[in-house]
Amino acid sequence: MSVLLIAEHNNKELRPFTLNASTAASQIDNDVHAVIIGHNCDEAAKALSELPLIKKVIQVEAAHYENFVAENFAPVIVKLAENYSHVISSANTFGKNLMPRIAAALDTSQISDIIKVIAPDTFLRPIYAGNAFATVKSKDTKKCVTIRPTSFDPCESSGGSAPIEKTDPGEEFVKTKFIKREEVKSDRPELGTARVVVSGGRGMQSGDNFKLISSLADKLNAAIGASRAAVDAGYISNDHQVGQTGKVVVPDLYIAVGISGAIQHLAGMKESKVIVAINKDGEAPIFSVADYGLEADLFEAVPQFLEELNKLNTIQK
Amino acid sequence: MKILVAVKRVIDYNVQIRVKEDNTGVVTDNVKMSTNPPDDNAIEEAVKIKEAGKATEVVAVSIGEEKAQETVRKALAVGADRGILVKTDGVIEPLAVSKLLQKIVEKEKPDLVFMGKQAIDDDCNQTGQMLSALLNWPQATFASKIEIKDGKLEVTREIDEGLETIEINVPAIVTCDLRLNEPRYASLPNIMKAKKKPIEQLNASDLGVDITPRIEQVKVEEPPKRKAGIKVSSVAELVQKLKNEAKVI
Repeated sequence: MSVLLIAEHNNKELRPFTLNASTAASQIDNDVHAVIIGHNCDEAAKALSELPLIKKVIQVEAAHYENFVAENFAPVIVKLAENYSHVISSANTFGKNLMPRIAAALDTSQISDIIKVIAPDTFLRPIYAGNAFATVKSKDTKKCVTIRPTSFDPCESSGGSAPIEKTDPGEEFVKTKFIKREEVKSDRPELGTARVVVSGGRGMQSGDNFKLISSLADKLNAAIGASRAAVDAGYISNDHQVGQTGKVVVPDLYIAVGISGAIQHLAGMKESKVIVAINKDGEAPIFSVADYGLEADLFEAVPQFLEELNKLNTIQK
Repeated sequence: MKILVAVKRVIDYNVQIRVKEDNTGVVTDNVKMSTNPPDDNAIEEAVKIKEAGKATEVVAVSIGEEKAQETVRKALAVGADRGILVKTDGVIEPLAVSKLLQKIVEKEKPDLVFMGKQAIDDDCNQTGQMLSALLNWPQATFASKIEIKDGKLEVTREIDEGLETIEINVPAIVTCDLRLNEPRYASLPNIMKAKKKPIEQLNASDLGVDITPRIEQVKVEEPPKRKAGIKVSSVAELVQKLKNEAKVI
């Protein structure tokens, strides 16, 4: 049997983690089909058909699919799942919201947030904020699996030409109504996929001081991250939170500024290739995972950092 | 309006997790246990709604071993009216928990069910969504703001791209984010009072639900350790290392 991948998109384009999820799906079985549910989403469906890993695209269109309400999506996928051994999606807020609704309807015990495919029924997943790794084997006939996008490389995005098959939509779930989405627009790289991330914590002391983080991020063409403490204090919006209950990031370079390094924060960044910590408390736990630790007052160190970078003139484009 | 709040007993969020030497799990003996943090937000929100006169009763339910009674008791100490403990032994997966909760919902007939968006032990993030699927109720996951408007809830959800607002009809399930509110501490008089509040005890087996695990935990291991880094003495040294040694800038 084959694998059904749930594509994530904005009706125009595929969301980038769909490529990572495709890679994970292909490691379970070569025969990967992808379902795209949306409204006026032909462009995104075409982009999906061009992923060389995808053998077939199933497109389901209706006005009530425009805003990705899980109550509308789940029955469509449950019906399609008859023909598949696995249903796969990313373990981001899209997949986390949707997949359990599918799994329960299929009477399947879902496996969340895998970081490795060991066998088609066996996976590796972090538990306890990444402080332990569990190898788990599903005994269900149908498997519902969400994948941690940063643990799988994105697949090729062009060269494929899978057939696109359209299927009739399901009924609308009228008890849930989408009202609005407030997306934070930014010219910076996306936090989940950025090569460099500069993050600020409670040590920033105010939202205004986050300008220091922005300047450093601009200089390094980096995304901006934050600890939960900084988001809770209102210094920056929730979409920047890195950690166990926020986003998991694996950049080449992660710079933690004024972040003490609670285990819940480390859960979201400790797989980064190179970690820099700037903190005036030499005992802060962040130093235990940092490749380069600088014990200093961030309000002096960050401006100096900017100066040194200017001297180097190594602005990454 | 009646609100059912599900709470889970987990290893305290401050405890440094240790993996058992035989790789069968993590050490839980003599380890501090607490309420799963976002479940505290769920209780707090339910109690606030009751205090605002918009709910008549808050019932706390936990599923787990005998000691999970402490978790229910804590919910009672911060304002829940009564408790239910569904006793189980061993590993219980979110699918089984949601089936047990379904039975409790059928019995209690709440208008709302609140719980944390994820448990910090297994990090599954499944139970609320599964319960709403089983009941065919609306779900509002990762809630950071809840407003009650004549028989409906307007919920702000934290999503990867920012914030999303949805309107759901009651009855419904809400899974709570840590930013939903600031959970209160239980005062001593309220802890004393909570000892007199009733906790109904049930056995999972009495509810007619098959809770046999479907997932075999093959082994649990320590994650690979990061090798120790160095401290640099100046920003200039840091930048030089990043450029010439790590080659990341």
